[in-house]
Amino acid sequence: MSKGLSSDHMIKGIRGSRSEHVEGRLTKRVKRITIGVVALVLSTLIFWIPFYFVIINSIKNQAESADMSMAWPTSFHFLDNYKAVLTASDYMLIRAFINSTLLTVLSISILVVVAAMAGFVLQRREGGRTSSFINFLVLAGLMIPPAIVPTIWVLDSIGLFKTLAGITLIEVALHFPFAAILYKAFVATLPREVDESALIDGCGGGRLFMSIIFPLLKPVTSTVIVLTSINVFNDFVNPLYFFPGADNATIQLTLYNFMSRFTTSWNLLFADIVLISIPPLILFIFFNKKIVAGMTAGAVKG
Amino acid sequence: MTKTKMRTYSYFFLLPAGIIYFVFYLLPTILSFFFSMTRWTLTKWTYIGFENYATFFSETSLSIGFRNTLVYAVVTCGLKVVLGLLLGAFLTSRVLFKNYLRSVIFFPTLLSTIAVGIAFSTMMHPSHGMFNTVLASLGITGPDWLGNTKIALLSVAMVDVWKGVGVATVIYIAGISAIPQEYYEALKIDGGNNYSAFWNITLPLSRPAMNSVIILAFIGGLRSFDLIWAMTKGGPGFTTDLIASIIYKQYQAGFYGLATAGNVILFIAVSVLAFPLYKFLTKSEVNL
Amino acid sequence: MRMTKSKLLAFVTSIVLMMTLLAGCGGGGNAAEGDTGTAGSTSKKTTLTLMVGNTGTTLEALKAVAAEAEKKLNIAIEFDIKPDGGEGDNLVKTRLATGDMDDLLVYNTGSLFLALNPEEHFMDVTNEPFMTNVLDSFKTVVTASDKVYGAPVGSTNAGGILYNKKVYADLGLSVPKTWDEFMANNEKITAAGKTAVLASYKDTWTSQLFVLADFYNVQAQVPNFAADYTANKVKYATTPAALRGFEKIEEVYKKGYMNKDFLATTYDVALKMLATGEGVHYPMLSSGLDTIMANTPDQIDDIGFFAQPSDSADVNGLTIWMPSGLYINKDTKNADAAKKWVEYFVSPEGQAVFASKVKAAGPYVIKGATLPDDSYGAVKDMQHYFDEGHTAPALEFVSPVKGPNLENITVAVGSGISTGKKGAEDYDKDVEKQAQQLNLPGW
Repeated sequence: MSKGLSSDHMIKGIRGSRSEHVEGRLTKRVKRITIGVVALVLSTLIFWIPFYFVIINSIKNQAESADMSMAWPTSFHFLDNYKAVLTASDYMLIRAFINSTLLTVLSISILVVVAAMAGFVLQRREGGRTSSFINFLVLAGLMIPPAIVPTIWVLDSIGLFKTLAGITLIEVALHFPFAAILYKAFVATLPREVDESALIDGCGGGRLFMSIIFPLLKPVTSTVIVLTSINVFNDFVNPLYFFPGADNATIQLTLYNFMSRFTTSWNLLFADIVLISIPPLILFIFFNKKIVAGMTAGAVKG
Repeated sequence: MTKTKMRTYSYFFLLPAGIIYFVFYLLPTILSFFFSMTRWTLTKWTYIGFENYATFFSETSLSIGFRNTLVYAVVTCGLKVVLGLLLGAFLTSRVLFKNYLRSVIFFPTLLSTIAVGIAFSTMMHPSHGMFNTVLASLGITGPDWLGNTKIALLSVAMVDVWKGVGVATVIYIAGISAIPQEYYEALKIDGGNNYSAFWNITLPLSRPAMNSVIILAFIGGLRSFDLIWAMTKGGPGFTTDLIASIIYKQYQAGFYGLATAGNVILFIAVSVLAFPLYKFLTKSEVNL
Repeated sequence: MRMTKSKLLAFVTSIVLMMTLLAGCGGGGNAAEGDTGTAGSTSKKTTLTLMVGNTGTTLEALKAVAAEAEKKLNIAIEFDIKPDGGEGDNLVKTRLATGDMDDLLVYNTGSLFLALNPEEHFMDVTNEPFMTNVLDSFKTVVTASDKVYGAPVGSTNAGGILYNKKVYADLGLSVPKTWDEFMANNEKITAAGKTAVLASYKDTWTSQLFVLADFYNVQAQVPNFAADYTANKVKYATTPAALRGFEKIEEVYKKGYMNKDFLATTYDVALKMLATGEGVHYPMLSSGLDTIMANTPDQIDDIGFFAQPSDSADVNGLTIWMPSGLYINKDTKNADAAKKWVEYFVSPEGQAVFASKVKAAGPYVIKGATLPDDSYGAVKDMQHYFDEGHTAPALEFVSPVKGPNLENITVAVGSGISTGKKGAEDYDKDVEKQAQQLNLPGW
């Protein structure tokens, strides 16, 4: 960021030294403002109107929301609608929030530990035949979609189908390749001298990892946490297949269920959409930079 | 040192991840090859050879998924590559409200796909949806976005791009920011304008970023399911069915063997298309 | 080093904690299920779980019966709502396959019931005293390997054309006896600026009616169709009488008789349009009347019903849908309570409570239960078909062969993507998978 800024200054400096006409600079400035404003208007049209549409319709009464119009509501039903959504089907949405949160927290906790360990060893053993085979398996996991019904069969055989433990481990398995690759890339930046000095101090491999390496992985760990939490929280397909049932509902499934349940109550459906968009919004406000950095890192290295 | 190394970087470190990854991902993937050749009720199976595959390729309602999946992947990937590049180049130039614009474009990526799908399918209602009321006020009769068989798949693809272009954009931004400013300065001194800067510097030097976008978007497109399911469920008829939605339908119908065959087909399609693409792109990157 | 030790400790503790959490969660589900049993035993009240779909008014009526039964039998019901359609079918199948079904299940009869492997999952009620009053016509559709598994929930239901009598009177139309007359009526209705045929393809299942409700006509012309079809001897596409159902959809589409935006129209909206007279014909099940009663009660008397016309005035009868079945889970821990509850449900008292919430959409299948005088006019319209003996059960009740994709195929035909002939061919292929999955001989 700061680099970009300073080079902006440099360009300005070069321009300045070329002493252009004041008039030319003025038109450039006008042009820049015009472009900025046009971009602002376009982005608002394309990206904000859908949000406005959903929010405004979530506080209308049923009849008005059925028109699906952008019009301002004649009467506001904010509390009624949101209360109705939250209490629908025995507080399904609240249970789903709990389920989704648990699922997210559990799967991330496990993922971070196991992926960091794996990434560490895979990087340090880079080049060996076994490790390149493992690398291939990990890379394959990034591309190849999971086999649905056999996974259900495996889960059912070990008694984990439709359990929180089962879906948690599925999420860990499916997010493992991405996390492992991020960790591997980050471990590569830690000099081996760190390991060696610890070994000389008498640390074993286990202690080396836990007391020295793992704390050093903090930046990439936070990236993994933020990115995976969004993915797991927004996951629709895996709970749909591996965690079915009304008691088990996760956030995305409630929305899907309400879609058939509230076929005529668009206001409630939209209220649900607003509610489930709040957690990603909060994450976005606090971790915007982290998310962007993580996504780019993952993409470039993956 | 090798001995220390063996002990220090013990493969036991891989064990927890390895077990989970094997049991919940690799094992089912391996099993899928067997189960795709069975008629299967989850408790009982009968081996039937390649019959499921034959069914998959002979039935229009199933084979339509190939064409659609390919079209969908190419269209969404192409648009994300091009739009992402333009947006990325634009948002790394001297623009007002830069940070705001970056955030706005990126935010939809974090939303629930199902929520986005539901919201857009209401906005695409043929007579009182927002799109067509706006078009009507301009005197244009809007199409039936999700009902017209010629454009339904493309309508969904547009929404996919709306939601996903943010990722492509930030990857390009990272790639373009890494281009040394000296190149641009040199070009400026030679009297080049913004366009030549874009064509001669930004475009060729953001190739690594572009490759990432291509791979990510293309694989994402091939595997796509959520959005199509939230918006059309493969309809009208079978016109917007993707391989992934067909798998789900066969699963719903209880045709577990057939669903698994679909899975294997998707598996092969991804391998046959994405791996060579990946190889090709990384190779040409080296040649650059 | 002390620092590292404490960190190591923290690390190990957190792992252990995580594992216990996980294990705790796995067990958590079971504990909750067990709860219902123990909670009941303290007050000597038994609680049964019952799974039922969420469409229509059946759920409300079951709740009313459950409330009465709780007073009488001290058996409470906990409702487990499932979605309807393919989604719900899948849920039921996986819950059964994984041994996780509720004590009681309300589910379709006929081919969908047979697709569940009933022998493995449901309690045989053939010799239960409460089944003696149930008509044999119903028993046949809940029978597998000569054993009866279900009690009827509600009345029969007919497939045909719901129509708006008021508009018929205004335009001077009369009920059509043949398909040509029907199409002629459609022409006049369209000329009068109204929608002749309502279609609600947003709810894809509603698109199948022209095919399914045509079955009376099929079996009248090809009496062996069901048996031969099950044995893989005849096909929809190659049997002209059967193919007509698909062609009828195509004809209506080609003439442009359908409502605008029919791909985005839902079942509820279509019924509303029918009630207000905006649309005049709606190929539908008579159970749609319940929804009209709930949403637009003032218009319920404007709605009439006639059988889907055939090509000949001599063949004119109703295709009948049997009520859903109430099944008892074979592995239930509360078998006696479940039986008692079902017994109460089919008793005249239970039926009276049920009927107070859901009006009949057709005759009942329990001896002695007759249509009340305040039945819907449209249901009374159906009576003469029964009196004359011009009824036949829908194909799904006489053959286990039903493809899962019929609704998508009929949407394709009805929106001009496919032709009637092509649709029938596609459907023939579709059922092949189902028949093979069921291991039927001849496939």
